[in-house]
Formats: sequence, C-alpha cells, structure tokens
Amino acid sequence: MNAIAQPGVGLTVRGLRKSFGDREVLHGLDFEVRAGERFVIMGPSGSGKTVLLKHLIGLEKPDAGEILIGDEPVGASGVMDRYRMAMVFQSGALLNSLTVGENVGLYLTEHRLKPAREIEQIVADKLALVGLEGLQDKMPGELSGGMRKRAAVARALVIEPQLIFYDEPTSELDPLIAVTIGEEILRLNQRTRVTSVVVTHDRQLGFGIAHRMALIFDGEIVALGTPDDIQASDHPEVRRFLSANFHFDKEKVSP
Amino acid sequence: MFQNIGEILTLFGRSLRALPCTWRQRRKVLEQLFEIGNASLLMACVLSLFIGGVLALQTGPVLAERGLANFIGQVVGLSLCRELAPVMMAVLIAGRIGSAMAAEIGSMTVYQEVDALVTMNINPVHYLVLPRMLAIAIALPVLVLFAILIGWLGGALVSFYNYQVAISFDAYFTSLREGVDVLDLVNGLAKSAVFAVVIGVVSCHQGLQTIGGPRGIGRSVTKAVVNSIVMILILDYFLTRVLMQLD
Repeated sequence: MNAIAQPGVGLTVRGLRKSFGDREVLHGLDFEVRAGERFVIMGPSGSGKTVLLKHLIGLEKPDAGEILIGDEPVGASGVMDRYRMAMVFQSGALLNSLTVGENVGLYLTEHRLKPAREIEQIVADKLALVGLEGLQDKMPGELSGGMRKRAAVARALVIEPQLIFYDEPTSELDPLIAVTIGEEILRLNQRTRVTSVVVTHDRQLGFGIAHRMALIFDGEIVALGTPDDIQASDHPEVRRFLSANFHFDKEKVSP
Repeated sequence: MFQNIGEILTLFGRSLRALPCTWRQRRKVLEQLFEIGNASLLMACVLSLFIGGVLALQTGPVLAERGLANFIGQVVGLSLCRELAPVMMAVLIAGRIGSAMAAEIGSMTVYQEVDALVTMNINPVHYLVLPRMLAIAIALPVLVLFAILIGWLGGALVSFYNYQVAISFDAYFTSLREGVDVLDLVNGLAKSAVFAVVIGVVSCHQGLQTIGGPRGIGRSVTKAVVNSIVMILILDYFLTRVLMQLD
C-alpha cells in the first residue's frame, strides 16, 4: 500500500445490470469516468443512483456487466490494495464506538501507514480543513448531521484517494455548509487530481462541480455529457428534472 | 438453514485464517475481554452458587435416605464440572454477550459502518469478528472455571446447612476430591471453549447479516441467541460422546 498521493484513476462501466427479486433496478448501464475527472451522477430519488454507487465501489456484485478500475475488475483480488479509494456515505457512516479523531485516522491506524503522533497531526489538519478543528475527542453521537458528514469527508481526505465517491454529499446540510462541501470537492480534485464520482439530486451542486454528468432515471442513463450538453438535452425526463421548481400557488393549495 | 450453516462455517474459516493478525488486534481483544468479563463475572458467580446449591438440594436428601450422603460431593462436583457449568455458562453468555455482539455488529451493518470499513480496505472479519471470537474463547472457559469453583461452594453450603443432608464441609470436599480429577475439569473447559466459538461465530454472523432498521437488529439479536443455544445443546451431546470415548 502506497502512502504517497497518486493522481486519479479512470473507471469504466459496461453493461451493468442488477435486479432485486423480480425488479431490475439497473438496466445495462455503460459509461466511462476519466482519470482526474469530476463526474456527477444525478437523478431523482429511487432512480438507482445509490445502487450504482455501491457497485462502483464493490459493495454490490452485478448480475451482468463489468466495472473496471483502471484496467482491473473492481472485485479482483488486490484492487483495493493497488488503488486508493474512498467513499463519503450519505449518513456519514462514522463508527459510533470511536471518537471523531479515531474515525478520521482509522485508515492510517489500521493500515499502519504513519506513526501515531503523525496521524494525530494529519487528523487535526483534515478536521480543520472541514471546519471541525478541536473536535477530535467528541463522539459521533455528539455531532450534528452536517458535522458528521464533514467528519466523513475528513476521513476520506486522510486516505489521499485516487478515486473518491460521494453519496448525496449535501443532503441534510444547510446551504452554507453545502457550499463548503462543494468547494472542498473541487479543491480536493484540483489539488490531487483525484477522480471524483458524485451522486446527488442537488442540481446546484451537480452543475457547479461537474466536468461531465450522467442523468439516470429508472435505472437507465438518459443523458450523458458536459453540464452544457445536459442543459441542452430535450429528453422529457431531463427537462422535467431540470425545470422542477417549487412555486407557491395559493389557488392550487387553497381548500 | 443449510445456507446459514454454510455461511457460519465460512465465517469461522475466515476467522481462523485471520488468526495471524491477532497481535495487530490485541487492543480490541483486551477491550472485548474486559467487556465480557466485567459484564458476566458477578452474574456467573451468583448463578453457579445457586446451581450448585440446588443440585445438592435435589440429590442430597435422596442420597442421604439411602445412606450415601457422603457421595454428594462427587455428584455435585462431577455434574458441575462436566455438564452444568459449561452448558449453563454458555447459555448465560449467549444471552448476555452473544446478543450484545449481534446488536452491535447488526447496527454497524444497518448504519453502513461495515460498508465504510470495506471501502477503507479494512477487513470486517479482522476488525470486528476476530477480536470478539478470541475474547469470548478466552473468557468463557475462565468464567466456567469460576462457576465450577463457586458451584462447588454452593453445593457445600447446602449440604452442610440442609438438615436432610447435614454433612460436614470436610466430608463434602473429601468426596469431591475422590470423585473429580483434573481430566474432568479439562473436559468441561474444553467443552466451554467450543461453545464460546459457537456463540462468537453465530452472533457475529447474525450481526453481519442484519438488514432493515431497528426491527432487523432486534430480529438478529433473537436469532443469534436462539441459534447459539440450540447449537450449544446439540453440540453438547456429541461432544460428551466424544469426550467419553477419549476418557
């Protein structure tokens, strides 16, 4: 395992299919994420985004198709040792039995990549980066939802990943923190050229950070391209998703 | 059911393969040991005191009626050593510790903490299962040893104070010494080590298989305890047969 930050790695998805029981949730997806790219997967809730993400990081096995990290299948032995990957879960997924500091430093501690004192310094730096300085000794249960998510981002930063996955990074966050998280995704990508795959239904975040994006509806990619390509798409589902805005119409809601 | 047994055996195999990583996980093993010992020692002692007592209370008068009161030490000593202490402690630990293991790992599974470990290339078997398996495999035989000693004491107290039995401590322990040898003790401790592994692997497996929310965790806890106890009681028969052959 290499402790030195390395540039991003590409990701290829070919013919990916997945069913749960009789219901097929991914209908043969094909796309490629280039090394160092910020790729956003966007779509409404229940469209299969999170299931797709779980396949990309190897938490689910596809029924058909393949996912390649670099040139190697994601499930092949040793892939996780050769490529540094990290995921920021929607819920944060911090280990509740560990302090925030132990959570953030867990990767380095478990893989024995640095001495304890150095890990403490790295943890303090990463926490400061996401605005959580001095909270090392808190338990995750003592943090708010937004703070937990930021701690999860700090945990991912510690890995110095070549490929990072974000699952709804701005959900449950207030707009100010959401902007901070979005900026951090950009900064990390620019600083380390990490390949970033962001799953979100937050249009502002998606269009704000993406090099390219894919829109997924009912387990199918209906639009793929740059943010400008997506904006120009005339696919009815894409138009509906992009133009959905809340307007309070007194007449419609009056009893 | 067969799929479950297969998965449990697979997890056991993976835990055995993880044994060389024990030293790296020593802190977690010690934490778990403290957890198990601290949570169970007092309860184990109280339980075994009364098990020894009730054993003497049930068998003492019958033996005394037939002029065999002096054999009560042997009866209590052997029963506790070979059967009651290992099985009762295993059942107690399945309920007390197995349920806690299934609940903790189950909630980690449900709330994606186990997924987070996998994405950090941290093997959940090394990180979660191995320390618990080792700790319970060490702690249960120690608890059984305590249980046997305290149970003998409970039997002695009842044999001395119960007017229907009323034999001296000296007579009780002389009989016990004559009837119980070190092999009997080893026999009981070996059983308890096997039961400990069963509790550990069944509970961790149930935890890792948890799906759904809090209700799923509750289901896993119940299954872990029930499956552990059923497997302990079935295994007890076969282990007893094997150990009797070896004797």
